Amino acid sequence: MRTNDVMLQTATKVVTFIILVFAIHIFFAGHYTPGGGFVGGLLTASAVVLLMLAFDIRTVKSILPINYVTMTAIGLILALGTAAASIVFDVPFFTHAYDYFTLPLFGETSLHSAMLFDAGVYLVVVGVTITIIQTIGEDE
Amino acid sequence: MSNLLLFPIIIPLFFAAILMMFPKNIRMQRTIAAIGGALTVAASIYLAYTVYHDGIQAVTLGSWPAPFGISMVSDLLSALLVVTSSIITLFVIFYSFPSIGVKREQSFYYPAVLFLMVGVNGAFTTGDIFNLFVFVEVLLMASYALIVHGGEKPQLREAIKYIVINIFSSSLFVGTVAYLYSVTGTLNMADLAVKIPQIEETGILTVIAVLFLIVFGFKAAIFPLYFWLPSAYAAPPIPILALFGALLTKVGVYAIMRTYTLLFTMNIDYTHELLGIIAILTILAGSIGALAYFDVKKIIIYNIIIAVGVILFGVSQMNEAGIDGSIFYLVHDMLIKAALFFLIGIVTVLFGTSDLRKMGGLIKTRPGLGWTYLIAAFGLAGIPPLSGFPGKLLIVQGGFEGTQFWGSIVILASSLLVLLSVVRIFIYAFWGEPVETLPLAKRSYNQMFIPTVVLVAITVIFGVGAELFMPLISGAGEVLLNPTAYIDAVFKE
Repeated sequence: MRTNDVMLQTATKVVTFIILVFAIHIFFAGHYTPGGGFVGGLLTASAVVLLMLAFDIRTVKSILPINYVTMTAIGLILALGTAAASIVFDVPFFTHAYDYFTLPLFGETSLHSAMLFDAGVYLVVVGVTITIIQTIGEDE
Repeated sequence: MSNLLLFPIIIPLFFAAILMMFPKNIRMQRTIAAIGGALTVAASIYLAYTVYHDGIQAVTLGSWPAPFGISMVSDLLSALLVVTSSIITLFVIFYSFPSIGVKREQSFYYPAVLFLMVGVNGAFTTGDIFNLFVFVEVLLMASYALIVHGGEKPQLREAIKYIVINIFSSSLFVGTVAYLYSVTGTLNMADLAVKIPQIEETGILTVIAVLFLIVFGFKAAIFPLYFWLPSAYAAPPIPILALFGALLTKVGVYAIMRTYTLLFTMNIDYTHELLGIIAILTILAGSIGALAYFDVKKIIIYNIIIAVGVILFGVSQMNEAGIDGSIFYLVHDMLIKAALFFLIGIVTVLFGTSDLRKMGGLIKTRPGLGWTYLIAAFGLAGIPPLSGFPGKLLIVQGGFEGTQFWGSIVILASSLLVLLSVVRIFIYAFWGEPVETLPLAKRSYNQMFIPTVVLVAITVIFGVGAELFMPLISGAGEVLLNPTAYIDAVFKE
């Protein structure tokens, strides 16, 4: 018997965006408050998992046509590249740099290269989590 | 170039990440994996050259001052091991082309090999005890992936045992690091080497030293903790087995060498005597296993255990001859084990079985293979001009100079058993009545045979030219026996 899960699907449509925004907030807040790439990535993955629960894997794949293995690889390269940029400047590996920039809308903001590293971590976490869930979910 | 010592870690990591993007394109996978391996070998050789000329290279990541950041240190010992492991991984990549199979190549085989290289090179280079744990996990994760790779029934069965054992020993590792941190308040190895002698409570430090021996003993397969190794290593296909047999246990051996020469020298009478006794028992256990089996893979696998015992016996003596000998023997053993597994791989492919009793007469059809095997077998046993001899000679000398002279006698006797076990393969597989062999295309036979011959040639050069390599070896031994050079290199800023 096919149950009608219209309530779950409607709630998911609202809640997913709240989770995604919260994930992005957690990711950007990581430098000064609890959070960072790892939890941010897990939260993003949980939003995708909620979509998978409310709809099904095939629908989610057509909404988000992403190859998560490639995403993991890109995350690794981003993290490694941030750390390895120090080689160009001949300072020890993993040396980070930061400065204050005046951005439109945000005003004076400090930008730190650790953020790029965190973005790499974020991509790896999302990629790995969803690869695990997808491969187990599609397994017959 | 202050970051030179990181290149053997960064290059394979970068290439592994690139290779993850197109798993199905075999030609690209092979080419890029080979390029990555070759670049790593080049970087590691240049690193060893720099370390030999300019002294110990050290860098503390993120420009932090030494005990606060993660230090990476490359002294001669770790540079030598990085060179050796990079060369072996490169040869394993070449050997995999004809032998691993298209299906495996298409499911992230080469990325896993390169990640294993990252873990091994990192574990050899790190100067921080928790970072050592992380790199050991990197190499273990890659080895989990490789041991089940292909998903055959024996692989699945053995992978469960292998993973359970390693998770147990890794959690023990974390616990031991926590003990060490609560006693000393630091995790940087050079800083630990400064702080440990200042602590008067040597009792608790001895306990931690023995715990580390148990942790690394699980990884290195020493006497009572080797039980997981023979069946686990027999499961995966030959190129993976060669990689495991040549590199994984040696990381454990290196970790014991490093901690027992740099950190835990406060109670040598107890810890090093224990290490010596365990090493001898490991040799005995390995010799029994090597003679007991008619399975070619099992015979060579038990020879890994024997070699671990021989190397650790040299370390336990804590004198110049013993330490130099074990460094020489460690490098020799990594090379010769990879070469032997390659040879065994060709033999098992030709006969379609690894049972000695079903083999015979291969010398008539494949004389080149036969003589190469004989040279490698003599090298393993330590027949004089070959590479097994100088290391074992120094270890035996170290034993006679030290307190455990009876250990040297056991090592000499074990050499005979090693020789017997490998020559038995020669007698069964190469002599006697020819047994029908499976057809093997000339091209793929050559693709497997050429890396093998080159590797055997490298071991022969290493043995015959031992005089050339001795300055490197004794330089490495000097740092182990006199850690002030190591400490000064880390705290230079």
